[in-house]
Amino acid sequence: MPEQEKLRLRNVSHVYVNDSGASLAVESLDLTIAQGEFVSLVGPSGCGKTTVLHLIAGLLAPTRGEVSMGGKRVSAPSTSVGYMLQQDYLFPWRTIQDNAAFGLEISGKLSAETKRRVGRLLEELELGGTALKYPSELSGGMRQRVALARTLATEPDIMLLDEPFSALDMHIKLQLEDLVWSTIRKRGQTAVLVTHDLSEAAAMSDRIIVLGRNPGRIRLELEVPGPLRAALPMEARRHSAFQPLFDQLWMELDDEGDGDGKQGGGETVEGGGQHEDEN
Amino acid sequence: MKMKISGATSDSASEWLQSLFAKHKARSRRVTAAVLLVRTVILVLFVGLWEQAGRSKWIDPLLFSYPSRIVNLIADMVRDGSVWPHVGMTAGETALGFVLGTALGTLLAALLWWFPFVSRVLDPYLVVLNSMPKVALGPIFIVALGPGFMSIVVTTLSVTVIITTLNIYNQFREVEGGFIKVARLFGASRLQTFRYVIIPASFPVIISTLKVNVGLSWVGVIVGEFLVAKLGLGYLIIYGFQVFNFTLVLASLVMIALVATVMYQLVAMLERRLTGGRRER
Repeated sequence: MPEQEKLRLRNVSHVYVNDSGASLAVESLDLTIAQGEFVSLVGPSGCGKTTVLHLIAGLLAPTRGEVSMGGKRVSAPSTSVGYMLQQDYLFPWRTIQDNAAFGLEISGKLSAETKRRVGRLLEELELGGTALKYPSELSGGMRQRVALARTLATEPDIMLLDEPFSALDMHIKLQLEDLVWSTIRKRGQTAVLVTHDLSEAAAMSDRIIVLGRNPGRIRLELEVPGPLRAALPMEARRHSAFQPLFDQLWMELDDEGDGDGKQGGGETVEGGGQHEDEN
Repeated sequence: MKMKISGATSDSASEWLQSLFAKHKARSRRVTAAVLLVRTVILVLFVGLWEQAGRSKWIDPLLFSYPSRIVNLIADMVRDGSVWPHVGMTAGETALGFVLGTALGTLLAALLWWFPFVSRVLDPYLVVLNSMPKVALGPIFIVALGPGFMSIVVTTLSVTVIITTLNIYNQFREVEGGFIKVARLFGASRLQTFRYVIIPASFPVIISTLKVNVGLSWVGVIVGEFLVAKLGLGYLIIYGFQVFNFTLVLASLVMIALVATVMYQLVAMLERRLTGGRRER
């Protein structure tokens, strides 16, 4: 497979400055992600995972270094990057189809043609028939699927997933992992997933990057074995190669997270409800 | 929750649920009826006692009048048509006051949101202005704008604008950060963020501020009319007071209560229509 570079972080550092001081969130990060690759970022709370995602999305400008996408420097958010947040943040005053078309409307690409595309997307994500409903009428899993439709509607070639499954019930989370994984594969998109859940990272990605604590630095990179990459996340979890990979990740984070204990418990395995807020 | 049990069990189960529901409905109907009854009794007792007290001179009828006199006076004024210019003038001033007050307040709030620097600079001034009784500025408006409609409307605005600005600006700032992030991620400009996120998210608060401003505007208008007017319900109150006709004063108060209630209900109806489709999560 010819590996074409899609995303590149070159010597990126990011410092948050506010009234209480300046803190280094990410330090001298170098990272290259190939076209069509699915990369997961895992690490202890406060390791700057979300910051990295914000930098790639252009929501934040790196304090030092450069983020480039397809060879071009990233300076502001654009519709070629799709970003899924932990919560759906659907606008309660918009219908489902208007919510899904929000990105198109903002970027001035709303037309009869793109509206039909939104309709097809909703069908594809099994949301047909909800187009004229309001978000409050939908369940949590359905709402997160609408958020996925909203992200996909602008046809981004990079998907950034910021713990998009962590607020969901276990079985809905597993279903949605499969759905997101297959839509991304089908479209040949490049994806970066930030997660607390090691099994989620192991089940979904081609490569897993473990970040160390304060400030964020790459501690370890793991290539996911071929059979796991090709399988749907749900099947990957049952594959014989899954457990060894998972154990390796856990050991790695266990060493890192001493004293904190957050990464050691069974909670992490299940992807408990904790989340970081690094905004 | 529907139950899927077959045959007779299902029938008896649904009958049971039905009877529970019917009991609940009957109970809530009884409470509603009792509330209405007590309400009516209070009103009748109050009006009846007032009437009796006035007629039997338990209270000074010159000062407190009594209901039948007030009703007769209002009926007379309606019959000869002299009431309408007063009601029309006051209602017009009030309506203009609360609509303009809400619009201007929203505009100022938008300005503060757009320029955070301005908002930081103005913060203490707004707080002082807000805690000051601005109707006290009435005399200055009258001298500056001349006695009449304009100075009354401006007096009304002075009561409503600042508090509206503060309320709506606070709402603007409290809009869920995630919503703004969604817009930014699609490359929304500041204007787009304002139009597509901030305004719709704040819409219910803007409309309910309109409702609060109905009440505030009445204060502004009546005080304004006390000071200058030759027409209006506030003028009738002052006039009645000057000629010691307290029946006229009370009749004006009753009319203010009626018109204010109608206005409030109209705005509440508007609110329900405008925010009908949406439900907050």
